Amino acid sequence: MLEKALQGSKRYWTWLFVVIGFITAGVIAFLYQLQEGLGVTGMSRDVPWGLYIAQFTFLVGVAASAVMVVLPYYLHNFKAFGKITILGEFLAIPAVILCMMFIFVDMGQPMRVMNVPLHPTLNSMMFWDFMSLGGYLFLNILITRVVFSAEMKGIAPPKWIKPVIILSIPWAISIHTVTAFLYSGLSGRSFWLTAILAPRFLASAFSAGPAILILLCLLIRKISKFDPGDAAIRKLSEIVAYAMAVNVFFVALEFFTALYSDIPHHVEHFRYLYFGIGNATALVPWAWASAILSLGAMILLLVPKTRQNFSLLPWICVMVVVGLWIDKGINLIITGFVPNPVGGVTEYAPTFPEIMVTLGVYFIGIFILTILYKVAITVKEAEAA
Amino acid sequence: MHDAMKVIIGLVIFLGLVTAPFWFNTVGGTSARQPELVVGTDVKECIEPTGWMRAYHMDLLNQWRDEVVREGKKDFVSSTGKTWEHMKLTGTCLDCHTQKDKFCDRCHDYSGVKPYCWDCHIVPGKEGK
Amino acid sequence: MMDVKRREFLRLAGLGATLGIGGKTLYEVVKGDEVLASTAHETHEGTRWAMVIDTRKCVVHDCEDCIAACHKTHNVPTFEDPKRVIKWIWREEFKGAFPDQNHMFMGDEVTDKTVPILCNHCDNPPCVKVCPTGATFKRKDGIVTMDMHRCIGCRYCVVGCPYGARSFNWSDPREAIKDIDPAFPTRCKGVVEKCNFCADRLSLDKDPACMEACPYKAITFGNLGDKESPVRAALKGKYTIRRKQGLGTGPSVFYIV
Ligand code: HEC
Ligand code: HEC
Ligand code: HEC
Repeated sequence: MLEKALQGSKRYWTWLFVVIGFITAGVIAFLYQLQEGLGVTGMSRDVPWGLYIAQFTFLVGVAASAVMVVLPYYLHNFKAFGKITILGEFLAIPAVILCMMFIFVDMGQPMRVMNVPLHPTLNSMMFWDFMSLGGYLFLNILITRVVFSAEMKGIAPPKWIKPVIILSIPWAISIHTVTAFLYSGLSGRSFWLTAILAPRFLASAFSAGPAILILLCLLIRKISKFDPGDAAIRKLSEIVAYAMAVNVFFVALEFFTALYSDIPHHVEHFRYLYFGIGNATALVPWAWASAILSLGAMILLLVPKTRQNFSLLPWICVMVVVGLWIDKGINLIITGFVPNPVGGVTEYAPTFPEIMVTLGVYFIGIFILTILYKVAITVKEAEAA
Repeated sequence: MHDAMKVIIGLVIFLGLVTAPFWFNTVGGTSARQPELVVGTDVKECIEPTGWMRAYHMDLLNQWRDEVVREGKKDFVSSTGKTWEHMKLTGTCLDCHTQKDKFCDRCHDYSGVKPYCWDCHIVPGKEGK
Repeated sequence: MMDVKRREFLRLAGLGATLGIGGKTLYEVVKGDEVLASTAHETHEGTRWAMVIDTRKCVVHDCEDCIAACHKTHNVPTFEDPKRVIKWIWREEFKGAFPDQNHMFMGDEVTDKTVPILCNHCDNPPCVKVCPTGATFKRKDGIVTMDMHRCIGCRYCVVGCPYGARSFNWSDPREAIKDIDPAFPTRCKGVVEKCNFCADRLSLDKDPACMEACPYKAITFGNLGDKESPVRAALKGKYTIRRKQGLGTGPSVFYIV
């Protein structure tokens, strides 16, 4: 099935070349980090997690969001998604691989990664995260392989795969829930110590993930002869709209509990994020940008006229993705560390090598995504012809 | 499916190149001749029979560190019933094998192993480094 | 002959029991009938090493002898950059160490002062709960310590500790140690470290280095499980506080204020 990725236009090969260039730069930056230690990043004693773990958190959501096409299609027989379930699942595979790579590049002793399965520690949420991600990757590879090779042969997929697909739905929910548990069970970090964190993660995931999928669908429609179909894109945009509304609502609940109860160590984090503490205001512009983008996108999505406008939709989706990426891919993690457990304020800013490693990892995901989508599109084009 | 093979071979080569620095460490530095070892002590016997030590000293060290660090133990009783006051990598092993570079290192270089222990454990006389 | 392989097997066979090790099971968390007790499950029996710091003796002198002694014996590197700092015991402002005990009428004599803080060797340690490899664990004698050999450097324990007691080696620490003490291994880049309650010295029947170094005898150390121990004597009849006691971690470091 992968051999389909070996024939492509000049544009396709140029793109792959660019992608590999970024990957190479990332690998070089990573080797440098390996040599010097994590001190080459902007992380510190007070902010021990940064860009890497935040990307991991964001991407678990992207991976989980595949259920938003799988569930309507397989459980509710929503036919319009028939054409794009494969796109959703093929997005989930690189997303999970990215998650694993971001954990890996964040480790101080990456050579010892096997210590996690060798010394299983069931009380650690990190252990469960490793396990659930691995399982989810396996499920998605299995499902896409079986379903897609059946489709290529023009036959119905074997019956036994259906229960596996159904299993992948709660599994997707579980990966993002466990990721939220990573944060929400820590007695010393008030910002995350909230039961709404897992549902909030899911809501933002089900908004950002399908928004990325819409963008990919529109792009595919433009550069290939495969058309995912208006109906599918419309339905996706409705999903993005409602998930975004739920997400905004959940964030509002967080505000209420923290600000109305007025417990200092709960309020402090919100103050740092939206107004800054003293001179420490690094996140303030990001916080407001994220709020404005998310609220703006929500309104534009809830109004049918703007949502159904196909020339506006990609821009709205970009607003959703950027707004939620800032929220999860930066703010949510960093803010949890400021102020620190003894009331000190240390800010965080990523360094150049750190950004290069991050980009490099992302481009490995883009490489895998390109290959998988190339295969899918080639097959779909042949079917249509 | 013929082309699929090519893809897989290509991927393997790519991964091989990316991870090359790691492989270099494991494969490199192997010379053909069995090196001459300087035991470094007048004592005639190791803490366990020589043959066993040659084959299992890494397992013994793993056991020692688990017992010292995780179980808070101190003394070591060998299979011959002899008691050693400590189970220390430098304090015990290197107490006899005083020339690490002519004993442990020589053999490890020959076998192409590179224990990472010395990133933390201090070789006596090399405190400054 | 030493049965290394068999030991390894036994360790693996004990896997089933891992659920209980380090973390409490959910059942243990909810059972019991004490209320308003952040100490509900604390251990009183057997050996539990603990420390009592008399801040009345300590606060008046701005001395750092305990810090110097600790960091010397354990080869703790001196990084000047506050972002890279590694510390096992250090002085923190009263309001930072005890955010819940602080009020505006205490007077500068107290609020401006700093108190020594270190790992609390919690009875219910959050760092042990989160560690994905068991590199951080609680020993039978209550000491919460680290297996440097197993640490993967994920820093989840740094995130999980409510006391800021843990430091990560952002680069090779050897460059920042002036005189290496050959008796104790240094660390390497990429692992976490913290106070080990001088487990290394206790095994040689020595007192903790900080206590031994304190010229004002402000630090008392001993076994909470032993009624005759110096810590029990130091605690008896005095009002002592512990850091963030409301979190239910059960710190083993007590402060007389
Ligand atoms: C009391 C001194 C003493 C101590 C302590 C000691 N050794 Fe030895 N060791 C010896 C002697 C002597 C020999 C050589 C024995 C022989 O020639 O048969 C030896 C042999 C060995 C050999 C086999 C070398 C070969 O020729 O193949 C190894 C490996 C070894 N020791 C490792 C260790 C390690 C690891 C430790 C610490 C756990 C240790 N030794 C502690 C004295 C000691
Ligand atoms: C006779 C040769 C020989 C001598 C002498 C020797 N070793 Fe080794 N050692 C080996 C070999 C071979 C291995 C790799 C075994 C394997 O990978 O199964 C090894 C592995 C190790 C390991 C595990 C490394 C890893 O990466 O897993 C440690 C630790 C170790 N040796 C310590 C020592 C110390 C300390 C001494 C000196 C006191 C010493 N060895 C002397 C042959 C030797
Ligand atoms: C990250 C730093 C680090 C590395 C790397 C490391 N150790 Fe250790 N090791 C320690 C520390 C810290 C102790 C605790 C010393 C104590 O409590 O007295 C220790 C203790 C030990 C002990 C028991 C007591 C002693 O002082 O020797 C043994 C045996 C040991 N290590 C073996 C090893 C071996 C074998 C390796 C390499 C395969 C290794 N260690 C690598 C840090 C390290």
